[in-house]
Amino acid sequence: MKAVVSTFPRSHVAAAEAGAAGDNYLTHAHGIRSWLFTIDHKRIGVMYLVSILAAFLLGGIFAILVRTELLTPGPTIVSADNYNRFFTLHGAIMVFLVIIPGIPAALGNFVLPIMLGAKDLAFPRLNLFSYHLWVLGALLAVLAIVTGSVDTGWTFYVPYATTTGMGGVVPVLLGAFVLGFSSIFTGLNFIVTIHKLRPPGMTWFRLPLFLWALYATAVIQILATPVLGVTVLLLIVERVLGLGIFQPGLGGDPVLYQHFFWFYSHPAVYIMILPAMGIVSEIVSVFSRKHIFGYHFIAFSSIAIALFGFFVWGHHMFVSGQSNLVTTIFSLLTYSVSIPSAVKVFNWLATMHGGSISLRTPMLYTLAFIFIFGIGGLTGLFLGALAANVHLHDTYFVVAHFHYVMMGGTLIAMIAGIHYWWPKMTGRMYSERLGQLSFAAVFLGFNLTFFPQFIMGSHGMPRRYYNYPPQFEFLHQLSTVGSYLMTVGFVLIAVYLLHSLFAGRRAPANPWGGATLEWHCASPPPAHNFDEPPPAGDPYDFNDLEYDARIGGYVYGTRPVAADSEPT
Amino acid sequence: MPPAASTIAPHTDAVFYFIYTVSLFFFTLIVLLMAYFVFRYRRRVEGERGPGRTTHHTALELTWTAVPLVLVVLMFYSGFRGFMNLMNPPAGALDIRVLGQKWLWSFTYPNGHVDTELHVPVDTPVRLTLESNDVIHSFFIPAFRIKRDAVPGRYNRIWFQATRPGEYLALCAEYCGTQHSDMLARVVVHEPGLYEKWLAEAADPFRTRSLAEVGQLLVAKRCGGCHSVDGSANIGPTFKGIYEHSVTLADGSTVVADDNYIRESILEPRAKIVRGYEPVMPTFKGQLKDREITAIIEYIKALSDEATKPRSDEGTEQ
Repeated sequence: MKAVVSTFPRSHVAAAEAGAAGDNYLTHAHGIRSWLFTIDHKRIGVMYLVSILAAFLLGGIFAILVRTELLTPGPTIVSADNYNRFFTLHGAIMVFLVIIPGIPAALGNFVLPIMLGAKDLAFPRLNLFSYHLWVLGALLAVLAIVTGSVDTGWTFYVPYATTTGMGGVVPVLLGAFVLGFSSIFTGLNFIVTIHKLRPPGMTWFRLPLFLWALYATAVIQILATPVLGVTVLLLIVERVLGLGIFQPGLGGDPVLYQHFFWFYSHPAVYIMILPAMGIVSEIVSVFSRKHIFGYHFIAFSSIAIALFGFFVWGHHMFVSGQSNLVTTIFSLLTYSVSIPSAVKVFNWLATMHGGSISLRTPMLYTLAFIFIFGIGGLTGLFLGALAANVHLHDTYFVVAHFHYVMMGGTLIAMIAGIHYWWPKMTGRMYSERLGQLSFAAVFLGFNLTFFPQFIMGSHGMPRRYYNYPPQFEFLHQLSTVGSYLMTVGFVLIAVYLLHSLFAGRRAPANPWGGATLEWHCASPPPAHNFDEPPPAGDPYDFNDLEYDARIGGYVYGTRPVAADSEPT
Repeated sequence: MPPAASTIAPHTDAVFYFIYTVSLFFFTLIVLLMAYFVFRYRRRVEGERGPGRTTHHTALELTWTAVPLVLVVLMFYSGFRGFMNLMNPPAGALDIRVLGQKWLWSFTYPNGHVDTELHVPVDTPVRLTLESNDVIHSFFIPAFRIKRDAVPGRYNRIWFQATRPGEYLALCAEYCGTQHSDMLARVVVHEPGLYEKWLAEAADPFRTRSLAEVGQLLVAKRCGGCHSVDGSANIGPTFKGIYEHSVTLADGSTVVADDNYIRESILEPRAKIVRGYEPVMPTFKGQLKDREITAIIEYIKALSDEATKPRSDEGTEQ
């Protein structure tokens, strides 16, 4: 079944597909301008994906430098000041340029309108503008690197951030400000689209759960991000003009800064994880070939997480000197978020029960998500308990915890989503065997990197340490080796995905047997997705889908002739 | 968890291990179920269907909402009790002030003695009042399970009662720049009676030592992180061979490093910056007594004398 195709994206992929129209969104227009100034949500999604993966590469290089430095206590490859720059840039790039926009802006942009049965987002030009803002934000981050860099940590705590001598602080703050607007516009666009562009028959409770998750995410993006904008602006004003807001020497309060910062940055954790949970809900159901279990509970738990997520920011300040009463209330509220997350995990397991589970690459990464997010979520319980928090605060336990959630959760789910929608986005299938191999490297590498950090943290290893007591050397080395293994996995993914663009088997419209509307489109979809709004049914009803071995995918209707041969 | 050496530590560890047990149980449950389902319901032929048809089960949903809810309320309560204990020192605790600054801790004892090591008696409640005079630091003693931020512009308190004599480590847990990871302090828990003896000796080092010897002790404790005494450059310039020699400043002018210059550099470190160095030194105003400053000057002078009159086993300093 292997097709020989020379170039991408100009090859007429769809023409090869019997009966499909010769035109798709990739071949619809040509030239660099047709990409940079497109208002097609699919092309914007692809541009976001490429840009975000480039930022991931940059953030990843800094991560590897940090891990390599930590191979030995004291100086290993760089000076303390450079180490401080590296972990700051790693954190800022990964948070603001990769993980926050990652799933909504790249995959959400591509998938949301098609899943909804719409031709595009409600405001296509605003969508393009938010991408251009992302690029501007990224350029400001690069500017920060070349103008003396930053060493404040991605949290920019005052007074350190207002007094450090490094020249990149203002550019990187401006970058965060601009990226905030990019995020707000994306959220606004998603909310309006989901409200106004649903086709007939697509009621709220027929929305795929990924869209519920994106909707909940968009609410947080709109309500929380402006606070970040205000905060970084105040910080810039204080640093440049010396206006006293946060700095005690000028009459300000440094803990006020932490309140402002975390009022955005804690909900931002749910901007990161909610879309990831949405992807997992889709993939678990499709690859178990079974209706999602507890649709309403999963949908409402997304909304609950979005709401509760606004009332827990104070748990970042348990040892900062905020009042004991406030601290106690935040501890209690923090636990409220754990319940909807637990509900989702149990529902995913119940979906698998009695299904027909296929261990293709997207599902493997999804199972990895459940495993890793399980650890990430449960270790959050330790940090929510006040007495334990006092000991674990600002140690590697926290570093491990948020990497298990942000990287092992969000990023792994994003990788699952990329593998899931890759055939739809590119019209090509990647090598399944290499996909499974990459899963093994990433999963083992991830746990080897971050699990030892829980042990170090509980034994009192503080974070952001250039030098460390020798008792931690072995665990640090394990962690570094793990990060190298993970890198191998990521490089492998890049290789086989790129290879698939040129030599991959052509993807059928519905390779996995999904019932959401994007699988009704050709792969890749035509420029306007649908000529007529498709009829929307239950997004998790797989009853009428049958496997057709001749095309290596699923079709609606009659039973295929020979369904027992595995596709290559 | 690391070895426990305070009264609060066993309680914190109990909270930790309670949550650990519950988490381990649920994690094992999740992974076992996942593994079992993957095996039991594996897809043998592409396109086949599983036996299950259930799409929801309200009683089950409510169960797995309610059970975690009860458990997390218990976790909250256990953590809350320990925290309240940690925030409310018993009456009559020994009061020690802790100052964080880039990049050392200093401790002010009730008799006014300032030291870079924390010495406390065993089995006695000790209340720490934390402050900072530059950026935020965080005072962390893993063995005692205590941590509290030192925030400029406010006082934060925490207390502990050490249960075992010995030496422990205090670290800075809030990122504070270049030498954040070297901002350590030795914590010594004394056997009954020995704390008072240590404090009396430490408070008056001049009784048994020459000025330069006291200066040497002070430099090692207070200045050694940034200034070398062997001629090598560090965060700040070396102390060796500078006494009454001329020094080039950032603006190109020169000044002779005499007694008054050294005194000014300690009290007003930003007034004159030596060429090639960053203005990062904090002031020691109020932390070093006049006599201690004099002792440091004496020591720097002695270092210079050594440099100009080398002993036979040392090379000549240029």
